[in-house]
Amino acid sequence: MDLNHSNGTPSTAKILVSGGFGVGKTTLVGAISEIRPLRTEEPMSDRSVGIDDTRGVSAKTTTTVAMDFGRISFASQLVLYLFGTPGQERFWFMWDDLAIGAIGAVVLADTRRVADCFASIDYFESNGIPFIIAVNCFDAAPRFEPDDIRIALSLGPGVPIVLCDARERDSVKQVLVSLVRYVMSDSSRTNQMSIG
Amino acid sequence: MVRPYALTRGRTLPSGGASFGLIDVVVATSARVPEHFRPGPEHRRILSLCRRPTPIVDLTSEIDLPLGVVRVLLGDLTSEGLVRVLSTQKQPANDQRLLRMVLDGLESL
Repeated sequence: MDLNHSNGTPSTAKILVSGGFGVGKTTLVGAISEIRPLRTEEPMSDRSVGIDDTRGVSAKTTTTVAMDFGRISFASQLVLYLFGTPGQERFWFMWDDLAIGAIGAVVLADTRRVADCFASIDYFESNGIPFIIAVNCFDAAPRFEPDDIRIALSLGPGVPIVLCDARERDSVKQVLVSLVRYVMSDSSRTNQMSIG
Repeated sequence: MVRPYALTRGRTLPSGGASFGLIDVVVATSARVPEHFRPGPEHRRILSLCRRPTPIVDLTSEIDLPLGVVRVLLGDLTSEGLVRVLSTQKQPANDQRLLRMVLDGLESL
């Protein structure tokens, strides 16, 4: 990475926030960062091919999609971006774009619907992206020991599981700190290597 | 409303095979616009927004065009030498210095 602080080049880093629909991704990102809009595109679905004849225009036809991201700027000219991974299947194409160059991912889990985060876990495991599990402690949700959650999610012993309240800034900060500490440690590398 | 890819004359990929990561930082060079290149209004907006080094995601958010369109326009500008990519993120998990900066930053919040 080419860093030149004398001319004010910011250092940039990004963290992904993933998990099932309604698990609190947007809440978590909003609790700690400034929310900014981003327009992107999705490939036109197969269903519309044949209806809208796009031959001769471009091999790839798209429709615009609006999403948000979180931005935290630090005094050190560092900017940290938080990207929520879009939940619906039709947005899978965005994941690679979001994941390239990411430090790692927070997989937010709701103990009432743990299966909702399987897709995220599969994606990060198969792409060698370090991740931690953050259990969003909804008021009405049953409390489980992290070890029970580890078994339910079939996670290896090294992947950290933390409890959090996605509405609370300090709690979210601890989640992000846990992720970065994990990535800095050898254990995340060991876990990634064990995948391949 | 202008159809977004009308701004790129239908092109959906940057010229020259350039790839622009979301958090790559770009900056306008002080090079003169070549005779053969006619920058459109959006090219000019990008040049003006990245007078200071700017991450592509911020540029895209600010200019309010789809990311793919901004990438195509950036491809035009880099191939004409008007914009330069200053930093790219490939393997942040191996970049202990960056990780330390992020950790220190978060802990200071």
